[in-house]
Amino acid sequence: MGAQIREYRQRIRSVSATKKITRAMELMAASRVVRAQQAVRESSPYARAITRAVSAVATFSHEDHPLTSEKAEVKRAGVLIITSDRGLAGAYSSSVLKESERLVARLREEEGKEVVPYLLGRKAVGFYKFRQRPYAAEWTGDSEKPKFERAREIGARIVEDFLKDTENDGGIDEIHIVFTRFVTMVTQEPEVIRLLPLEVVEGTEAPEPEDVLPLYAFEPSVEEVLDALLPKYVTSRIFNCMLQSAASELAARQRAMKSATDNAEELIKKYTRLANQARQAEITQEISEIVGGASALAESK
Amino acid sequence: MAALTVQLVAADRLVWEGEASQVSTRTTSGDLGILPGHTPLLGILAASEVRIKADGTWRAATLDGGFLSVERDRVTIVADSVDATGMVG
Repeated sequence: MGAQIREYRQRIRSVSATKKITRAMELMAASRVVRAQQAVRESSPYARAITRAVSAVATFSHEDHPLTSEKAEVKRAGVLIITSDRGLAGAYSSSVLKESERLVARLREEEGKEVVPYLLGRKAVGFYKFRQRPYAAEWTGDSEKPKFERAREIGARIVEDFLKDTENDGGIDEIHIVFTRFVTMVTQEPEVIRLLPLEVVEGTEAPEPEDVLPLYAFEPSVEEVLDALLPKYVTSRIFNCMLQSAASELAARQRAMKSATDNAEELIKKYTRLANQARQAEITQEISEIVGGASALAESK
Repeated sequence: MAALTVQLVAADRLVWEGEASQVSTRTTSGDLGILPGHTPLLGILAASEVRIKADGTWRAATLDGGFLSVERDRVTIVADSVDATGMVG
């Protein structure tokens, strides 16, 4: 009887310790998600400036740039998968990976392309390693707080592979990104966008009448400006995806940790009740033993 | 005299925004000064120092290369990373 109470007490103690940890993680994620959202906002002037410049150049140069022209035959498709480094974020990583699996299956089976994965985040790397699948490149270590240098590194690698010859050098013909769009604190959606060949899209805001692009002069020349801008544009798209994914990861973690804390509370309540019940049962038993013993003694006299 | 509206943008933040009377930069093909009324321009910047004259004082920031666009007295200077220690004051 006493053993049962002890066991319940022990469980309560261990669940409270877990609760403290999940609660701390929840608070940490909550404070970081604000900063991550801010980072998304702060990167938007850059993205806007670069998008505007690229569309300005694209309007005036009618020649095809290698980064914008569709290849006649797409044989190899690159897929950049953005996941987290750490778990404990609910279904965050697995839903991105599920989305990427869908995309890979579609590319491979319906469109007959060879898929070349580029992985970002330890979760994606683990997923591919465990299944012993080959992948082209991996980057890990800063999924929560992406640095622009990392985006530049990834952008450089992807543009380089894209410009390689598919037949001989193992280049790729198109690139997709699978990332998690941060919609609100409670909604984050895994999403696929095609990065290369580029389709320049203006921001979501409708252009105002006075926003019609003027006739630009180019310095040093249209081609060189395009050459310099397009890789930057690619990098800025990747960086934006990384920042949104980071914000989504933190929001998902906050939610997961919140429900873990709630569950822990629920468990503690349940075990407290059980422990009280066991204690009560013990007391009742002792009383009835004493009463029983006393009446047995009285009868024997 | 009309003033220029200048935005200095790094990849992860807006570094500086304000009115200026003159901007001096260096493109890959040479030095470039911008005064109000400049013709629309898109230029590639070399790794250099950009200088912005605002409220009568010159402010400077070091860029690692980027680009610049000018239109209707709006100047946007964009770089991957900006060392803006010289922008204060």
